Amino acid sequence: MPDADTLFRVAALNTAYAACIDADRLEDWPAFFADPCLYKVTTADNVRMGYAAGIIYADSQGMLVDRISALREANIYERQRYRHILGMPLLHPGRDGLIVAETSFLVVRTMRDGQMDLFVTGAYHDKIATGPGGGLLYAERIVVCDSQRFDTLVAIPL
Amino acid sequence: MDQAFLQTETWPAGLTRVPYWVYRDPRIAQDEQTRIFQGPVWNYLCLEQDVPNQGDYRTSFAGTMPVVVARTEDGGLAAFENRCAHRGALICLDDAGSVKDFHCVYHAWRYDLRGNLKSVAFRHGVNGRGGMPDSFCLEDHGPRKLRVTTLCGLVFGTLSDDTPDLETWLGPQVTARIRRVLHKPVEILGRFTQPLPNNWKLYMENVRDTYHASLLHLFFTTFNITRLSHGGGVMVSETGVGHASSTMAPPMGADSSYAGMRSDHQGFRLADPSLLTEQDEFHDDIRLQILTVFPGFVLQQIHNAIAVRQVLPRGVAQTDLHWTYLGFANDTPDLRAIRIKQANLVGPAGFVSMEDGAVGGFVQRGIASADMEQSVVEMGGATADTAETRATEASVRGFWKAWRGFMGI
Repeated sequence: MPDADTLFRVAALNTAYAACIDADRLEDWPAFFADPCLYKVTTADNVRMGYAAGIIYADSQGMLVDRISALREANIYERQRYRHILGMPLLHPGRDGLIVAETSFLVVRTMRDGQMDLFVTGAYHDKIATGPGGGLLYAERIVVCDSQRFDTLVAIPL
Repeated sequence: MDQAFLQTETWPAGLTRVPYWVYRDPRIAQDEQTRIFQGPVWNYLCLEQDVPNQGDYRTSFAGTMPVVVARTEDGGLAAFENRCAHRGALICLDDAGSVKDFHCVYHAWRYDLRGNLKSVAFRHGVNGRGGMPDSFCLEDHGPRKLRVTTLCGLVFGTLSDDTPDLETWLGPQVTARIRRVLHKPVEILGRFTQPLPNNWKLYMENVRDTYHASLLHLFFTTFNITRLSHGGGVMVSETGVGHASSTMAPPMGADSSYAGMRSDHQGFRLADPSLLTEQDEFHDDIRLQILTVFPGFVLQQIHNAIAVRQVLPRGVAQTDLHWTYLGFANDTPDLRAIRIKQANLVGPAGFVSMEDGAVGGFVQRGIASADMEQSVVEMGGATADTAETRATEASVRGFWKAWRGFMGI
């Protein structure tokens, strides 16, 4: 039985992560992860088939930083924002000192002209470590999207 | 938009102008299905890898036509329309599977692995009543069948008896460029679909457009992945149905040809440059090769990121782009890790491909009132010939040469 404190701390971490993306504080996003780490955006079908590639894949904090600098400096896409709605974390038995958690999410995307769409739903499959300062960090965050269809582009991380 | 704005008689002479109604006219979209996708072309359907054993099937499309590809008893491949001969329901409801034979769920009509109708439920009625008339002949009914061919593990199908064999159709040069990349058994690394808010032809033009790559995609130019000033070129098959563009390894020394352009962003550096680590696996100077087969197939090699893309129209201004990321079965763990990292360049979130996904929509929206206007496709001259430069739109003209031939326009 997971203790209430762990559940609360994971939920708080997830909430802070989502707020960071939704408020466009993307420069703060890599700091939610340990270094090295694994961040991958994939789909339920790819997981079921055992396919290793994702549409976004990073195994270092540097690669997460590069995602954001490419987004800010290089890539062309129309102005848009996300709104994450999170479920309560489901805690699995921990392994190797890591908290293992699974959290449902729903992301609504709003485009610059006001068009709103239910963009992605899925679950975060997380392994969470305790950082040097005692705070929690994602050692691994696999974003398992329910659908294999991604409407035109996924510019901002999920 | 239901008014007939088709203006075929206004198509300008030559290949250097493309009228915008071609991306917007519903009658053109309808004609393309019969004249192109169901006509004398080879439609990419799936990989041989998708159907390794007898009874394995995968569902796909030839344009909008749903298709089943199956591995038959003799180890061959068969493809047929995914439509029951009875009332037209889909025969297969899943992406893939393994079966002894196919049953339509609606009234249990049964087909063999080649799509031949084998039995009809209650054909002779019940207790001597009902059933099909005696004159009903199973052989007279069945979904349309496609002729199937393979090349390097790629499965293509055609509905026409007139389509020449695939290699003749592609020409020796483009065929050789497929063999160059897919030279040994592949393994699927991932599958993703990108719905695009534009006519399918805008995406196929983008893939053939060697002019845009280093201008739209800052990532390419800044990190010296592909620049027009690098060696390379574009080959276009004689009929325009096949094309392959290539970028060679960059020349030594500074390159000032992009100075001042948006895409030459000298201050931009990767915090983790391992993304651009590559292995020379093809043992030639080609770093990047993009190849298309008319109407909707793309084979991509960007460093070690290999993928096939299937481009399917889903309406006049809707297209589905199906990505299949590939590695080779005998990849070393190192090379496999590089491929998975470099997959960041492509797909719906690709540092490069996300822009290709969006730019067709920018055109589709831009031409909303431009049916009487036309685009300019004149870089590198007026012909659709193989060129030693990529500062040309020759292969885009090749696309239109093929398209107009099939459409009779």
